[in-house]
Amino acid sequence: MVPIAITVNGKLRKAHVEPRTLLVHFLREHLNLTGTHVGCDTSQCGACTVLVDGRSAKSCTLFAVQADGSEVTTVEGLAPEGQLHPVQQGFWEEHGLQCGYCTPGMIMSAVNLLKDNPAPSESQIREGIAGNLCRCTGYQHIVTAIQHAARHSGKAAR
Amino acid sequence: MSTSAPVLPKLIGERVKRREDPRLIRGLGTYVDDLKVTGMRHLAFKRCDIAHGTITSIDTSAAAKMTGVEAVYTGADIAKILAPMPIGTPFPSPPHHAVAVDVVRYAGEPVALVVASDRYLARDAADAIVVTYDPLPAVVDPEAAMTGQPTVIHKDFPHNLAVALVPSGTGVAPDYSSIDNSAVDKAFADAEVVISQRMVNHRLVPNAMEPRGVLAHWEPGKDTMTIWSSTQNPHILKTMIAAMNGLGQHQVRAIAPEVGGGFGAKINIYAEEYVCSVVSKQLGLPIKWVEDRSEAFVATTHGRDIIGYIDLAARKDGKVLGLKMRLIADIGAYNMLLTAAIPTLTMLMANGTYDIPAIRTTLTEVFTNKTPTDAYRGAGRPEATYFVERAMDMLARELKMDPAEVRRKNFIKPNQFPYQTQMGAVYDSGDYEKALDAALTASNWKGLVAERDQARAEGRLVGLGLAFYVEVCGLGPSSSLPTGGWEHGQVTIERDGRITATTGASPHGQGNETTFAQMLADQFSVPFEHVTILHGDTGIVKQGIGTFGSRSQAVAGTALHLAGGKVRKKMAQFAAAMLEASEDDIVFENGMVGVKGAPAKAKPFAAIAAYAYVPVPLPPGMEPGLSDEAFFEPNNNTYPFGCHISMLEIDRETGEPKLLKLIAVDDAGHLINPLIVEGQIHGGLAQGIGQAMIEEAVYNEDGQLLTGSFMDYALPRATDFPRFELSATVTPTPVNPLGAKGVGEAGTLGSTPCIVSAAVDALSQFGVTHIDMMLRPEKLWRIIHNHGGGRS
Repeated sequence: MVPIAITVNGKLRKAHVEPRTLLVHFLREHLNLTGTHVGCDTSQCGACTVLVDGRSAKSCTLFAVQADGSEVTTVEGLAPEGQLHPVQQGFWEEHGLQCGYCTPGMIMSAVNLLKDNPAPSESQIREGIAGNLCRCTGYQHIVTAIQHAARHSGKAAR
Repeated sequence: MSTSAPVLPKLIGERVKRREDPRLIRGLGTYVDDLKVTGMRHLAFKRCDIAHGTITSIDTSAAAKMTGVEAVYTGADIAKILAPMPIGTPFPSPPHHAVAVDVVRYAGEPVALVVASDRYLARDAADAIVVTYDPLPAVVDPEAAMTGQPTVIHKDFPHNLAVALVPSGTGVAPDYSSIDNSAVDKAFADAEVVISQRMVNHRLVPNAMEPRGVLAHWEPGKDTMTIWSSTQNPHILKTMIAAMNGLGQHQVRAIAPEVGGGFGAKINIYAEEYVCSVVSKQLGLPIKWVEDRSEAFVATTHGRDIIGYIDLAARKDGKVLGLKMRLIADIGAYNMLLTAAIPTLTMLMANGTYDIPAIRTTLTEVFTNKTPTDAYRGAGRPEATYFVERAMDMLARELKMDPAEVRRKNFIKPNQFPYQTQMGAVYDSGDYEKALDAALTASNWKGLVAERDQARAEGRLVGLGLAFYVEVCGLGPSSSLPTGGWEHGQVTIERDGRITATTGASPHGQGNETTFAQMLADQFSVPFEHVTILHGDTGIVKQGIGTFGSRSQAVAGTALHLAGGKVRKKMAQFAAAMLEASEDDIVFENGMVGVKGAPAKAKPFAAIAAYAYVPVPLPPGMEPGLSDEAFFEPNNNTYPFGCHISMLEIDRETGEPKLLKLIAVDDAGHLINPLIVEGQIHGGLAQGIGQAMIEEAVYNEDGQLLTGSFMDYALPRATDFPRFELSATVTPTPVNPLGAKGVGEAGTLGSTPCIVSAAVDALSQFGVTHIDMMLRPEKLWRIIHNHGGGRS
């Protein structure tokens, strides 16, 4: 067991974990932050995407010990309680989700995308979320949702 | 009535934002893997890594010794507490043990399992089990398997035939007692042109983003089993879990919590569900199993995989005289719940949208050493559409006719509905020319043709494809489903006037919480926010069948509409008593219940509700309370239809196809929420295009799935699609009072053939008349270069 200290959604979390514990399992099993999902075991699907020190990362590809000392933001910590992040709002307004399983990872990737490029073109959006798989939507409403977020983002998304 | 209150908008037909989303976009949905129960243990399977063989030994000693391992079971151990799994179709079926006993028949079949305190430990322990096999020859080609060589997979099925040659169509007696081929023979004798083509509608992996998962909790003190599962149909699960555990249905509660997509692959009741339940019961512990994606690729049913030998007889003017369709379905190693029935839907829909005088279909289903197939979005109907539409396209090309015109010439006409097909279906309603014309207009077909011709003049390989479809949806009368074909709804007006309704259709992304609330809000004229739809829990939802076959709106929506009507009538009776008016004069308007022509008398909806629960005085002959239910069984299926058009370019240098345009006109009858309908169509299109262009389950000759992860199986990404252009025609169905036909699968129907036809069109200068899917760049490159079409 290895001691780790990770700031998750603004709160310092200390724990002892097996070195092989994946970050996603630390978040889900130890912290009960089950909004971050596991959709594959080869780092292809992006359902587990979180922000580590402000950059998107697939949390199934990191061991929890690798995130020691980092700041992690999950979908649960994206907006202050009672509010929605512009990307979350965009997904709601534009029907950017159906079953919702890929959605938290998709939203975190979109947050990262808009941070880098606040006014992306449609093809830049499609490229930007190409690391996240969705089986329900055909992506069209997701693209529209991110466009909506870009239009309404002000400072919040940057 | 109050004039100051805002007028409630009518919601049916409106693009209402989804009720489900606020929890899902904040990561607050609860899927099976998010659940924890005190004392819960984790179950992991050891799966075989060969496709066919005899188990010679299983050594579980190392696993059993690991600290934290609760129990280890082999197939033989499980067979003592669990009978072979039942199926839901009337075809003969070999015994199928949930965990293999003696013989394994596909790579990935479970052979043993462990129960441990932790998920990582469970996986370690499963890996520590050592199994040895005597390999047997594997057979992966269904046409080879039909010869019974090189192996027989199930001893009582000598030529690996799960279903041997079932005929259907013109001249076949309903009980198969006689077959009269004369009409079909005459059609082909009279033909001026015959199109003959073998086509492969290849195997796909459904790949819902949430893998399957189960949590079974036997509570010995209560003698009850609660089972949470990522399923499309908790009520069927409840029935099956009860039967296989020797329990009454009153002892089982099945819960489908948030379900992360299904696409047909979560209809089947799986080995893992049965195993978790019997192990939980035996150990007295809550047992959880969650599928890895690698497991999902082999352990969750696959879809499609039908070979069609198609012959189309026609006159030179394009009129189709007859159709022969010989189908060979590769169903994999076992029959699952609905496996054998899926290809029968391909036969049923062989008529397509055409008035074809004579049709002969035959169906053979074959066992191979592969993962079993079952429903996958469209389930048999995309295969039919693909075969018929590709054949129609080949006919148009042969006759140098416009693909739209050859279809128009053969369409069933609006005045022919209800239309009894040669295949025994009765199409409810349709106006195919209207949808075709809408698609030609929406796509600017003439403009596209000019664009294509211009591109060709520049040396580019650009093609156009057009396909029409009709599918059988809104399943269906009980005669068509072994589970029963009805759906159940219950509507309760709470004491405070809020409405709680339950539906037996358990959604997994379809948005039923929203669309059904729209309907009920309109029916009672109350705010949308005052209506709550509950689903997915057999402890709350009294009865139900489930969500599949595009049936939610048409069947479950109607059940709720009927239940709502009963409650509304009773509420009107209470209102009549309270307001001293005639029941016939009671109106529900804008959150109030009032009397026609006497607006001052109106009372808030909640006041009538409160009165119904404390009825002083109780109106004569009435019971207190406001709650009622309805079972709705449609007297027929629904038959939505549409037209999909695509433009595709193939890179001369690399053979890589790129989809430039996809235009879809879909007619699903009346729509409750067009926003949600669009989402359903987009998703279906993506899966249909995926099949045509990039998705394929590939096995090698040893029966190993080569495309067993997202690194090798091309699940479409956002960059694979252009923006789809959708529009609709509306032809209501007479089958239900809502006029809704269902739309969940439509997108997969027309898109696949229209894209393959576009690829054929793009390569037509090389003499190509058909290309089997998927459109692998290498395949296209070879066609181009073998005909000297490369620039070198």
